[in-house]
Amino acid sequence: MEILAALTDGILIAMQPHNLGLAVIGVIVGLFVGALPGLGSVNGVAILLPFTFVINEATSDPASPMIFLAAIYYGAMYGGAISSITLGIPGASTAVATTFDGRPMALQGNADRALVTAAIASFIGGTVATVFFSGFAPFLSSVALDFGNPEIFALMLLAFATFIGLGGDDIPKTMFSIFFGLLLATVGFDTISGEPRLIFFNDREQTAVLEAVGMTGAAENVPYFDSIGWFSRGIQFLVLAIGVYGIGEMIWTINASRYKLTMTETKISFSRIMKAIVGMKDAWKGTTIGSFLGFFVGILPAAGATPGSLMSYGVAKMTSRNPKSYGQGNPDGVAAPEAANNSASTGAMLPMMTLGIPGSPTTAVLLAGMVIWGLEPGPRMFEDRPEFVWPLIGSFYISNIVAVLVNLAFIPLFLWVLRMPFTILAPVIFVLSVIGTYAAYDNMYDVWLMVFFGIGAYLLRILDYPLAPAVLAVVLGTTAEQKLRQSLLLSDGDFAIFYSPFFDRDGKGQEWWIAPITTWVAVILILLPIILWAMKKIRAKA
Amino acid sequence: MKLMKTLALTGAALGMTVAATAAQAFEPSKPIDFVIMAGKGGGADKMARLMQSIVEKNELASVPMVPTNKSGGSGAEALSYMSKVNDPDHSIMVTLNSFYTTPLRQPGLKVDNMAFAPIGRMAEDTFVLWVHKDEGISTFDEFLAEVKSRGNKWVMGGTGKNSEDNIITDHLNEAYGLDIKYIPYKGGGAVAKDLAGKQIQSSVNNPSEALGFYESGDVVPIVAFTNERLPMFPDTPTLNEASDEADFSYFMQRSVVGAPGMSHEAAAYYTELFRNVYKSDEWQKYKNDKSLMGDFVSQLDLADYWAGQIANHETILKASGAIK
Repeated sequence: MEILAALTDGILIAMQPHNLGLAVIGVIVGLFVGALPGLGSVNGVAILLPFTFVINEATSDPASPMIFLAAIYYGAMYGGAISSITLGIPGASTAVATTFDGRPMALQGNADRALVTAAIASFIGGTVATVFFSGFAPFLSSVALDFGNPEIFALMLLAFATFIGLGGDDIPKTMFSIFFGLLLATVGFDTISGEPRLIFFNDREQTAVLEAVGMTGAAENVPYFDSIGWFSRGIQFLVLAIGVYGIGEMIWTINASRYKLTMTETKISFSRIMKAIVGMKDAWKGTTIGSFLGFFVGILPAAGATPGSLMSYGVAKMTSRNPKSYGQGNPDGVAAPEAANNSASTGAMLPMMTLGIPGSPTTAVLLAGMVIWGLEPGPRMFEDRPEFVWPLIGSFYISNIVAVLVNLAFIPLFLWVLRMPFTILAPVIFVLSVIGTYAAYDNMYDVWLMVFFGIGAYLLRILDYPLAPAVLAVVLGTTAEQKLRQSLLLSDGDFAIFYSPFFDRDGKGQEWWIAPITTWVAVILILLPIILWAMKKIRAKA
Repeated sequence: MKLMKTLALTGAALGMTVAATAAQAFEPSKPIDFVIMAGKGGGADKMARLMQSIVEKNELASVPMVPTNKSGGSGAEALSYMSKVNDPDHSIMVTLNSFYTTPLRQPGLKVDNMAFAPIGRMAEDTFVLWVHKDEGISTFDEFLAEVKSRGNKWVMGGTGKNSEDNIITDHLNEAYGLDIKYIPYKGGGAVAKDLAGKQIQSSVNNPSEALGFYESGDVVPIVAFTNERLPMFPDTPTLNEASDEADFSYFMQRSVVGAPGMSHEAAAYYTELFRNVYKSDEWQKYKNDKSLMGDFVSQLDLADYWAGQIANHETILKASGAIK
């Protein structure tokens, strides 16, 4: 009851005119920032961080600056779906899964329905997560503490298991795609050993090669391949995703749309949007799976919203009566990842506020924002700073309502993008892809890599290779590898740490159950399709 | 008479202009490129964004500072980027100890630390040995006994291979004959969380990273790797107090440097700018709250400090076998 009273107070503070106004502005800014591929919520929040001083002076309410930043974060989460659906480019890694069914729906002329489904699923996911957040924050943060390195690796394994099925029927090509993605994920400086990997030339080797061919002398005269600038940060997800889904998709569409000016016939009318809202009842299952699974994965630090949205898509597909309809424009396939990424984003605020650990890059910047405001997120935050915590949680409820309304109101504008003739849209996509890639890390090399990946993706697509598994392997591969190696350092190379609850990690003879259970579920998920296939064969023979 | 007055006024105005020009020979003419040698959200990033916000809030600079994170290769990306900027007078960087260790470990980078313009050391961050309260340890001797009894099952989490945390762990292993297992993490926050969750047994986090779990009572400070006790933890001895034969302290610089080739006038301008940041109430409060030490050091004094630190790190890294 105490919580309920505090929450009601918080909501009332969040509804005061100045805070409500900030939430509306923040959501609109976030929506557009999130809709532009490459910009995303990290940049939106980071760029507008100094602006919070203006806000603080104007309102003198300690919660206002964070309410504004959280609203941008929320708005961007809704916005990510917009470019996934209308342009086919995921604006952020969290929205990759949304393209799987969102893009086909748009191409079939149902973009309005896809956008409405995404908006409402996001709203439900966000609200479910906020309710959990306000009710059980202290308990949930203790669950998050139970997830150490082996547990997170087991979870990553589970995420990989769910997307074996994403590539379609051609298992060898899917495996190729996954391994190619994992290979890309190893590029750059390795956290565990501190050594550069696959950056093609480290400087020592480069100098040796240049000396061997007699090119010594003044540094300016030597052709210097700047391997640090190119690869030292590794292959960033956005570079690959914008290349694959922006440039690659554009070339594909140019090829496919010969003699046609527009790709889709998109009608805009109020009654169609109303019909789409009513049509949400067909997507309740994806929404439910996404809301709950997304939140749970989101609260685990280091996991974040991407595996959450991906696993929700995979689970929705697996439990569906008609899994073949996924990838062909099934509204459930839009609802599941969208509900999940909003739910997970709210979930990711939990370790940030109760443990002081950001679950995603954006929450890391939000955390920096809190520190600037003299707040110290950590286990004592709820007790020490209630005057700040509850209005912020209250603002999650309000921002969610604001975000869904603003989003629905802007849908006609987003649909207008789809009605542009492709001859205009293609150059716009190209420009957006270049700007988005550059803006993400202020690095021109990334732009060239992005174009390279785009052309490569087009060629692979002609050869019928699924590309989504590669993109997702890049996102999850880095974390998975790091957690695998940290776990093996812990166990002196013994894999029992993953599958046996009796492995003694700290010399105190404790039992650890979470990692083994997760691992075994993942293994079963990977083996199940093979077993089913084998049983079918046996039965056919009998 | 009127003419005389006009002339006098003009003369006075001219004099003032000349005086002003002499005092502020350099004034940035475009936004300042503010490079952060670490990723978004880490300790260095938080501090850099605090500095930026202090400059903007108190209107200390006439142009905005634009923060850019260059985290690749333990700072290698930032160092090589700074060495090649076109406009060194408008490029400054927030650094930490990877400023010395990365060029030492990667001579191929061809980065000369001393070519960077010494602008100002804003603080020295401190290191404290932390364990979980459930270990039931409160003194350094108990720590040594418990670690020895656990053989190689005692795990220290830290940020990165050959990092500050790794250097301290190597020292403990070597000086006290321990077999602590060191596991590198991506950031101090993740280390703190895994210590609170008893996934690892100890850490050498900065106080700012462990503070939340210290206040909640989950983790306990054992010793501080400083010369004097930290005001925030008056009951926690320094390593040198806790152990008779010890003579070891370790700090992390939090400094601002200018790109190689920066003019003296520009370096003087930025030194004044960051001296004002250092003197601001916000920075002093942050410094106290986070148990940061160290006074503002700039220009030649900072260069001397670097020379000492580089020699020191070369010795440490050679001893641990990280470099030859």
